[in-house]
Amino acid sequence: MKVIFKTSYDNDIDLHEDWWDRGKMIALVAVMAVLPFFLGEYYMAEITNTLIWSLAGMGLMLLVGHTGQASLGHAAFLAIGAYTDAALMNVGVPWLVAFPLAGIAAGVFGAIVAIPAVRMSGIYLAIATLALFVIVEEAIIIAEPITGGVGGLFAPSITIAGIDFDRYASLNNFYWLCLAVVVLVTWLYANLMRSPTGRSFLAVRDSEVSARALGINITRTRSLAFGLSCAMTGLAGALMGHFITFFNYELFSVFISINLLLVVTIGGLGFIQGAFFGAILITAVPQLIAILRDGAMSTLGLDLSMPGLDTLVFSVILIGFIIYEPTGLYGRWLKIRFWLELFPLARRDMFRRQKTYLKTERMK
Amino acid sequence: MELIQLIIGGIATGCIYGLVALGFVLIYKATEGVNFAQGDMMMLGAFVALGMVNSEFGALPFIPGVILAAIIMGGVGYGVDRFVVRQIFGQPHFALVILTIAMGFVFRFAAGAIWGFTPLVLETPFAGNTLNIGGIIIGYEDLTTIIVTALLTLSLWAFFQFTKLGLAAQASSQNQMAAYIVGVPVHRVNSMIWALSGAVSTIAGVLYASKGAIDPNIGLLGMKAFAAAVIGGFGSLPGALLGGILIGVVEPIAARYLPGGISQMSPYIIMLAVLVTRPNGLFAQIYAKKV
Amino acid sequence: MSLLEVKDLAVHFGGVKAVDGVSFSVEEGEVFSIIGPNGAGKSTIFNLISRFYKPTRGTIKFDGRDITHMSAHEIAPIGIARTFQNIELFDHSTVLDNLLMGRHTHRNTNWLQDMWFLPKVRREEREHRRVVEEVIEFLELEAYREKLIAGLPYGVRKVVEIGRALAMGPKMILLDEPASGLSVEESQEVAYWVEDMRRDMGLTVLMVEHDMSLVNQVSDRVLAVAQGQPLAMGTPAEVQSDPQVKAAYLGTEVYE
Repeated sequence: MKVIFKTSYDNDIDLHEDWWDRGKMIALVAVMAVLPFFLGEYYMAEITNTLIWSLAGMGLMLLVGHTGQASLGHAAFLAIGAYTDAALMNVGVPWLVAFPLAGIAAGVFGAIVAIPAVRMSGIYLAIATLALFVIVEEAIIIAEPITGGVGGLFAPSITIAGIDFDRYASLNNFYWLCLAVVVLVTWLYANLMRSPTGRSFLAVRDSEVSARALGINITRTRSLAFGLSCAMTGLAGALMGHFITFFNYELFSVFISINLLLVVTIGGLGFIQGAFFGAILITAVPQLIAILRDGAMSTLGLDLSMPGLDTLVFSVILIGFIIYEPTGLYGRWLKIRFWLELFPLARRDMFRRQKTYLKTERMK
Repeated sequence: MELIQLIIGGIATGCIYGLVALGFVLIYKATEGVNFAQGDMMMLGAFVALGMVNSEFGALPFIPGVILAAIIMGGVGYGVDRFVVRQIFGQPHFALVILTIAMGFVFRFAAGAIWGFTPLVLETPFAGNTLNIGGIIIGYEDLTTIIVTALLTLSLWAFFQFTKLGLAAQASSQNQMAAYIVGVPVHRVNSMIWALSGAVSTIAGVLYASKGAIDPNIGLLGMKAFAAAVIGGFGSLPGALLGGILIGVVEPIAARYLPGGISQMSPYIIMLAVLVTRPNGLFAQIYAKKV
Repeated sequence: MSLLEVKDLAVHFGGVKAVDGVSFSVEEGEVFSIIGPNGAGKSTIFNLISRFYKPTRGTIKFDGRDITHMSAHEIAPIGIARTFQNIELFDHSTVLDNLLMGRHTHRNTNWLQDMWFLPKVRREEREHRRVVEEVIEFLELEAYREKLIAGLPYGVRKVVEIGRALAMGPKMILLDEPASGLSVEESQEVAYWVEDMRRDMGLTVLMVEHDMSLVNQVSDRVLAVAQGQPLAMGTPAEVQSDPQVKAAYLGTEVYE
């Protein structure tokens, strides 16, 4: 087990506690950056998709994992990001302007919506976001001049300073672009969580009563978290639009909201890393199912092409995680690592959950 | 005249929303959990009934077939609570939200695998018959829906008010620990309530199926029922019913007199308006946490 | 002028008069205790001062300012910190982070600056940590600095609550039953800390407490309340010998 000898407050303030940790993170980014030289187009497209899902997942993680607010309608903000970006680019705005604007549009919309929504607690907020999602979906269909209505919208390819970032013609460039965005957003997110703002999010999540006693304005903090969460999701939506290239409202179905929830819960609520773990799972499982399906077809002659099989597998995984590992993949990873560090001293009961009883806040 | 016709049709549709909403409220009132799979339970209930009654499947007489379906769905509800929901007893509400959403997908898959994804029609004794009162035409299925809903709501209300199980459920929802200590078998009470909710949603499903064809995606109706439950205050049985009827009536009127698209949004707009103005619903039961 | 002035304070929940016509004032640098049987309205008075409840009647003035109609989150910045009877800590954070959350009112950066972690943010973080380390040293919490609250014993959590309130750098601290559930040794420690808070930090302490030996040891003045109404006010000895107080304690409510 590693013990850090702390010599200054900066040891605690820095993102990584020592150069070993920092080195690992740098190495990871470096490996990600050189991947296109080793992998083929199919894998690069999948990894790009995973990166975009991680970004969207981080958006929801900030809200669900770090501020303790549920949202069942985050696909609406993906949609707002995608449509804002594509619509702006279609009237000639360069990507470098349209992309941040897409994030800001989703963020501002989210924050405005949040002001009444944050007055609601838990379950009501979840329901309100679901309703919001349906309303946004209908609004997209009605706003045909901007969104193309049912027909859909084309996201033009990205060009920055003469370099082409088209998703098909130059996939590697598009991948690097997504990687850069994800690295930047992750860094900003991590910074936020080690600063007073991030601590106020956690305070609101864990005890509203004492957060107020500490002088934290609950409504403002929650709206801020909601806005930032929606902005991140909006950015992901913009990238997703470019990745799909031609989309209509059906891309942002209620299933996408559910998949996003899956990303954060299976990944591990309350950890930024969890969004990445979850995104890997959600993009890898459909591929695995496809491979298995082909395998079953060719070797056993079994036809497993039932509609909804993907969703069933996701649902079962989700149920399993909620019951047996509520801390998610990242939580499990932490436990395994801890067990290895302590080996052979770890005891079986070390991670046993305490029995909890639900005590209502309802009084009548 | 046309308006009255719309309103009567709306009330009948609203009753179905209301019944599904009752399923939500039952579980919420008793366990303080929200079952997002309620709509899919209704769908599954409708299919099970169809499997009992339709001539190409069970070919049972209508009433015994529906009762049998309600009993089976009661068992499904009990099982869901016993083997899935109970595993996360005491975890935050959010866990249950996600868990039940996932359960909904499982139900949908199950129905699709057994009965397929092409729409099917439930054979009912009252399909097609109408009643003409002074120029207003009321379908038998609408009339049945309204009467059954009224009876069911009344008996559920009586159940919570007067029976031992109903009172025990109320006690355990307020403080599970305390309910345990005074001898309420909290786990079993919760499972019974889930069973009841399964049976109620079967009735809702049958009534829904009597008005048209069903396929495994009709569970999405649960979202409207949700809006109904919220408008009604989420802890109140009559409230849920009234909320359902309100939505049921507003929808066709909005479709008739307002520009397109508004009608689909209307349940959610009403719900958001209610949430914003009265964050705890019209018949609020929630009070601030004590420090 | 007194630091805290409470005049004719009352709050009614439906027909229940939880607090009814309580007046008192706390001088700067004083340790003032409120005692009374269970359900007498002591914690309610705290909740009224920290603005969790709206008073039905009466005024609360702090430092010459009328705070009767402020929001709960506006109370901390003017210098009032509090602890909770049933421990309200952030369970999934470390002791250090809990104390840092207490520094919220002293932050001068906004979320945009935080996001980019500008040098200013780092400077402020260092300052917050310096203050927090002083609190940790004062309350001897060094051994628990990096531990999660969820795994700490009850006694330590009570101390962390006090620590979080101190990290706020308040003028006045409200302690809601700081010694309840503590052993004799632990509550003796609380007594020393309260004395140090007053002497070394110049804090004003308002305390609700059942443990009469603690109250006697540290309080300058005591207010006894029963059924929401004031019974007696004065030095600990005076209040304890008051016949009305004796009746309230030895009457029917003593075993409640």
